[in-house]
Amino acid sequence: MFKTILPYLLSGISVGGQYALIAIGYTMVYGILRLINFAHGDVFMVAGILMVYISASGLPLYVSIPLVLIITAGIGFLIERVAYKPLRSAPRMSVMISAIGVSYTLQNLVLYITGGLNQFYPTIPFISKSITIFGATTKMVTVVTPVLTLILMIGLVLLINYTKIGMAMRAVSKDFETSSLMGIKINNVISATFVIGSFLAGVGSLLYFTNYTTVIQTSGAMPGLKAFVAAVFGGIGSIPGAVVGAFIIGICESVIKGLDIILFKLGLSKQMMGLATFSDAFTFALLIVILIVKPTGLFGEKTTDKV
Amino acid sequence: MTKNINNMQRKKLDPAVLISALIIAAVYVAVFVLEQIMPPTSMLFTVLKKAAVYALVAVSMNLLNGFTGLFSLGQAGFMLIGAYAYGIFTIPVAQRAAVYQYYNGGLVQFSLPVIPALVLAGLAAAAFAFLIGLPVLRLKSDYLAIATLGFAEIVRSIFQWDKLGMLTNGSNMLRLFPTFNDFNIKNAEGEVVVYLSTLMPFVIAGVCIALIVMLLHSSYGRSFMAIRDDEISAEAMGINLAKHKQLAFCISSFFAGVGGAMLAMYSNSVQAKSFTSAMTYEILLIVVIGGIGSVTGSCISSFLFVACSEWWLRFLDQKQMIGNFEVPLLRNGFRLVVFSVIIMVVVLFFRQGIMGTKELPDLFRKKLPKKTGKEGEAK
Amino acid sequence: MIANERVLELENMTMQFGGVVAVDSFSMHVDSGEIVALIGPNGAGKTTAFNVITGVYQPTNGNVKLRGKIIAQGHPTGKMRKLYAGSHIGEYGKLVTNTPDKITEMGVARTFQNIRLFKNMTVLENVLVAHHMRLKSGLLSNVLHLNMQEERRIRRESMDLLDMLGLGGMANELASSLPYGKQRYLEIARALATEPRLLLLDEPAAGMNPQETDELSDFIRDIKDKFKLTIFLIEHHMNLVMDISDRIYVLDFGKLIAEGTPQQIQDNPAVIAAYLGVDDE
Repeated sequence: MFKTILPYLLSGISVGGQYALIAIGYTMVYGILRLINFAHGDVFMVAGILMVYISASGLPLYVSIPLVLIITAGIGFLIERVAYKPLRSAPRMSVMISAIGVSYTLQNLVLYITGGLNQFYPTIPFISKSITIFGATTKMVTVVTPVLTLILMIGLVLLINYTKIGMAMRAVSKDFETSSLMGIKINNVISATFVIGSFLAGVGSLLYFTNYTTVIQTSGAMPGLKAFVAAVFGGIGSIPGAVVGAFIIGICESVIKGLDIILFKLGLSKQMMGLATFSDAFTFALLIVILIVKPTGLFGEKTTDKV
Repeated sequence: MTKNINNMQRKKLDPAVLISALIIAAVYVAVFVLEQIMPPTSMLFTVLKKAAVYALVAVSMNLLNGFTGLFSLGQAGFMLIGAYAYGIFTIPVAQRAAVYQYYNGGLVQFSLPVIPALVLAGLAAAAFAFLIGLPVLRLKSDYLAIATLGFAEIVRSIFQWDKLGMLTNGSNMLRLFPTFNDFNIKNAEGEVVVYLSTLMPFVIAGVCIALIVMLLHSSYGRSFMAIRDDEISAEAMGINLAKHKQLAFCISSFFAGVGGAMLAMYSNSVQAKSFTSAMTYEILLIVVIGGIGSVTGSCISSFLFVACSEWWLRFLDQKQMIGNFEVPLLRNGFRLVVFSVIIMVVVLFFRQGIMGTKELPDLFRKKLPKKTGKEGEAK
Repeated sequence: MIANERVLELENMTMQFGGVVAVDSFSMHVDSGEIVALIGPNGAGKTTAFNVITGVYQPTNGNVKLRGKIIAQGHPTGKMRKLYAGSHIGEYGKLVTNTPDKITEMGVARTFQNIRLFKNMTVLENVLVAHHMRLKSGLLSNVLHLNMQEERRIRRESMDLLDMLGLGGMANELASSLPYGKQRYLEIARALATEPRLLLLDEPAAGMNPQETDELSDFIRDIKDKFKLTIFLIEHHMNLVMDISDRIYVLDFGKLIAEGTPQQIQDNPAVIAAYLGVDDE
């Protein structure tokens, strides 16, 4: 039984780690701006496209990978400055609409540049290597992802708890106005948040597309939405929460994808049920259930409205 | 807009309303006449038909997002339900074997006339809305948005599920049901005598939008707007929040369902995978461009949006030569880039959209009602 | 109307938010035809008490009674429940709760400390909304405009009310365009349109100058008689409070520190201490 489920568990952990890297960006931005950054999934996709084009230009990996990450972080910074900053005092709905507009723009730009064709993701030798764990064959990326995710998460938590900018972030997320009165440069803090979030989404894209091998303009939409669900699941604003949520969602999704085969192999079902169709639906069903049962998520803080 | 409601009921014949009514009537007459004299393959009619459908869907979204203040992104899901309900119940019995070729001709073995099927499409969407509304309408703004978006995704995968194939035809498309072209009146030889394939979508969408406008001008409409402006205060006025939000959600979904059915008629086929969240975003952007809280705005911007994306900006997608000079940048997909930039400009710099919260009759009044300008400022 | 009917009664009402006890075992009552004031320094829990009465919050403990009937109640949960209830634990039945709209329907209307009008609606529409819950016509006849008679009636009544409050000339202005003082009156008009028997006013004189405040006390007496109201108000303007109140309750840090007639309250050392502050020694 273990042998039947193991490959799905492994790929679940791997995809969960990749979602986690995207989810951190969502949760940080939401924590500070109370904005669902609908464009975040597309930043992740753009990072994938960048890698395709930059490595096609012949640059070696040790140059192209940092370059992709830097440009991605820059894009995150730019999006915030252009599309969200002018709406700082506008109603929340306007900012959310602007985020949807950015998502639409990024997708269309990539459609234009690529001609709407699947782009083949370059092979990154080390993480594309095949390895065998307990008899299950998989790519190195499966092992690298969770480790790297945890390292980055710990680094980020340390950054937030023990550095000046981290303290400023925590202050801004608690009370936007008071912290600006305390002399915190709100705009710098917000920019830093977007830069970090986009950087991590870039790292996520390296791992994710090594697994899936092709990128297209809509590649970011689903992972983006799922990562957001993960952030909500973990309790929006909480970084460890987002990571835990992402792993749970990744594993569930992967197991559901293989559920037909698992059930069949274990002799629990006689025929294929086509349950793989529901791997996406499950994530959203989970979202709706959480929002109803515990809207603050696993590690979220409770807030009350003042009358 | 709110001001003219009062005026309308005080003086029976407000000239501004009269002028507006005449303009709308003129549009309908023009559509009818053009359809008789122009070739039916003209791009104009494609645009008009699709725009009529989008206008209805956009207004139904505006009812929720603009007038009730519920930021829902489930529109595509409700359209999908409406489209399938329409398709499933209108495919002629004789054609069912061909459509449901992998499912023994399917489960349903009768078919309904078009109008009852449209109503059924709306009711089906409203029924789903009722069920999903019970839990999710308690959520606050952006959580509601993401939950409804998630709902639409769930619906999309359920309708593609192989096991429901007897009803939904699985991931295969539904087709051969009556479309807009079937509204044309033909003589015995099968030649079209009177073209109605563009007028009818206008009439159906028009009736639905009129109903929404009448709802907005009733005590219920006022209660919806009160909820939008201040939930706590609305509740203190004795308005049952849960009941009224649910009502707005179901009514909006009803019309989204009808709109979905009309979209099916427009495109001659239905397939679950085309009702993506990108479709919802498109409709949302139409609402924003038109002005959140303006029915007229949603209608106008639907026409502009569809005309630009299907017709006027098409040239951007082809290589253009001026003499020997090839205009740079023009190739497949450039239209959408230009389009996105226009949308971002509207979102960032013209947040009022085309109409703000004004309606058609307001344009003919000398003194326009003062508006605070910022929707939901209190939040 | 029965003379001296107990319109509103709080029995040991406690409202706790996490570790903060906003109102601590507060008991009070308002009889029909009275004007009763609730005063106390900022943060004393006055608005919280209003929010409990109007169903915005469910009390942590105690009962809220309207004309003798419990409309909201709470009791301690978990460990605390056993501690409080002792051998009476079996007596705790299902808690009575009512949403704010239900309580408004029972005849309790309120205004808000930080004016909460429907900003993007006209003055008239603000009042019309208050009629919605008492409409007899259903959704369909509303949408198809078959209820014109009723619609005309509520429009007429709303206009009369606005005229009475001196807002008739602004009926078609946007609520947000009114001057501050007028907005306060519109909030009262809107509350009156819900046909209340008990009116809760949360700092009606806030932001008004002395002359406007004087006018307001006449106005409050006026509407009390005209609409046969019972009034319970929170106010900081002592002149107004002493002028119109029959009785006064004083809260400080969530606790009732004094109650009585205006004269008694003015002479009460605890009240003076709460307002002016005294050394602990």
